[in-house]
Amino acid sequence: MDLSNTASATFIVIAAMTLVTLITRYGGVFIMSFVPLNRRVEGFINGMSGSVLIALIVPMAVEGDTAASLALLTTLVMVLWLKKPLAAIAAGLIVTAAWRYFIG
Amino acid sequence: MVKLDIKGTWLGFKRLLPLSMFVIAFGLAFGLAAAQAEMSKLEALLMSGLVFAGASQFAVLELMREEIPLLAIMITTFAINARHLLMGASLYPWLKEIPTAKRYGILTFISDANWAIAAQDYQQGERNLGIILGGGLALWLAWVLGTWLGLVLTQGIPNPEALGLDMVLGCFLLTMAVGGKKDLRVLVIWATAASVALLALKYLPPNSHVVAGALAGGLVGAFWLPKTQAAEPK
Repeated sequence: MDLSNTASATFIVIAAMTLVTLITRYGGVFIMSFVPLNRRVEGFINGMSGSVLIALIVPMAVEGDTAASLALLTTLVMVLWLKKPLAAIAAGLIVTAAWRYFIG
Repeated sequence: MVKLDIKGTWLGFKRLLPLSMFVIAFGLAFGLAAAQAEMSKLEALLMSGLVFAGASQFAVLELMREEIPLLAIMITTFAINARHLLMGASLYPWLKEIPTAKRYGILTFISDANWAIAAQDYQQGERNLGIILGGGLALWLAWVLGTWLGLVLTQGIPNPEALGLDMVLGCFLLTMAVGGKKDLRVLVIWATAASVALLALKYLPPNSHVVAGALAGGLVGAFWLPKTQAAEPK
């Protein structure tokens, strides 16, 4: 299903991406409306909720460059120490930018 | 009592404003990349405004060549954005309390950052849905504005990676994860999610690692139930 790259083809791509992305945004709640909520389902939901974050972050640290891992490590230490998310994020970014500037 | 009002939406908008400044920088990078991929201004703005999912938009730019592989584009978009399915599902106990039209209206604006804050709010007993809608609006405006800036200012833009800006979202999500409740159950769930995500990264098809890790963590959560229930609603 290949289209030649013309203006109208780009609009088809945008429409298709919009549709697929809306399905992902709506689908989770739609499916859950058929699932009875009990303690096990709630356990699944709250376990999954934090896991989405971890499954996004850990590969970033492993796949990224040294500076990327340092950003996450600095943020982690700072947020545990200061309990201030924005300050911790800023510290992470400064370390990353400095590493990339001075070391590579 | 679950509610959605203008005050809560405005508060949500303001809470996501600081992060939205960084989202502008990413939008800028996307606008620039879209212009280099020879998309018109209208096309790039439509894509950011309608799709509103940065990682998938960048990935699709890579796939746009002489011949456009529509099916591959749809599969890639689905795989990268499938995490929304899980985010939406995790908000179901909250969203089921409001009418269907509002429920899906709010979900239109769901994104990583406003979801992460909302999920943490819910654990702490907050019941105002304005954080999702207002926060989502702030992120959406920033994403579209950034895209437009990237299309217009094609020169003199610093490389976002040199400033460490590519790590903003990761660092932000990390502070959200750490801010929640931590006990042995949570740590085991996280370790499972991390290991499965890394295994999926290595052995499963591209872009499936977030969903694989999250489902694995969810399964541990389903079989190892918390002793006490989440905070009572306010």
